[in-house]
Amino acid sequence: MWKWLHPYANPEVTYHFTGKLIPWFKYLSLALLSVGLVWALAFAPADYQQGDSFRIFYIHVPAASLSMGIYFGMAIAAFSSLVWQLKLADASAAAMAPVGAVFTAIALFTGAAWGKPMWGTWWVWDARLTSELILLFLYLGVIALHNAFEDKNLAGKAAGILTLVGVINLPIIKYSVEWWNTLHQGSTVSKLGKPSMSLDMLWPFLFTFFGFAFLVAVIVCIRFRTEILARNSMRPWVKSLVLAESK
Amino acid sequence: MQFDSISAFFAMGGYGFYVWLSYGVSALLLVLLVINSKLRNKTIKKHIAQKQKREQKLRQAAKQQAQDTTKNIDQSSEKTHQDSDAKEVLS
Repeated sequence: MWKWLHPYANPEVTYHFTGKLIPWFKYLSLALLSVGLVWALAFAPADYQQGDSFRIFYIHVPAASLSMGIYFGMAIAAFSSLVWQLKLADASAAAMAPVGAVFTAIALFTGAAWGKPMWGTWWVWDARLTSELILLFLYLGVIALHNAFEDKNLAGKAAGILTLVGVINLPIIKYSVEWWNTLHQGSTVSKLGKPSMSLDMLWPFLFTFFGFAFLVAVIVCIRFRTEILARNSMRPWVKSLVLAESK
Repeated sequence: MQFDSISAFFAMGGYGFYVWLSYGVSALLLVLLVINSKLRNKTIKKHIAQKQKREQKLRQAAKQQAQDTTKNIDQSSEKTHQDSDAKEVLS
């Protein structure tokens, strides 16, 4: 496996490889999202208790689980950068942070807009909401640290340590609805075992979830390639590539 | 289709404001993120290209200067030769 993985530690190979992946991810995401969102808005049944406000679910839940998934990915990248000094892992962590921050903001905002008609308030300081807000602040801290140092290796180290410390927040978010009494409802889509929702709601959810997941992949690839270029700007391959494109 | 008419679709059973606000703000944030990512990619490429052009110019200027100075040295050394010749003739 290491032999197979080895070339991807080379920034030039990875730059061209991710460039080939982007169109696939883009069209998959466009197809899944357009089908999923139309299905979610117009064809999925209304919830028997929450009525049509339930349609916020199809954005809120994918955004929330992706906000945690991206953080987990960023933590793996930060760990491999700190332990094995992989420079590309630093670049990928820096690429993931802003995307994760936006998805956390979407989860928080759609949650508030769903909470207002259902709970009667935009915001409560309960465990689920507060820990998700902390996740947003962790993302902002990581972004700030990546930009705080001229020396990108140093910046990656500082941001990586913050990322790894913040991992403790992930299980807190996940299990907050079980550990504490909260306004937030329990999970509807359990990943292992049978989901507790009907199939005509589960299908559009899966479409939007994977649609957003591939959208994350597209944006992370774009930002990752930007980071690779910025960190290798003195290399001959970057110079010739940039000059060829600028003509 | 869950809705009888377009207006019922926009009303969302009374939750229209919250549903469309959620979808609208999410779309806006994602569009901004995509635009920002693409713009950053472009500006980085532009910066690297500009820096390179500047370096090329500097390198050329340095070469030019080096040529000029060697020319000057040649000329001045010729001059001293002529001077010494003249001195020899005088003496």
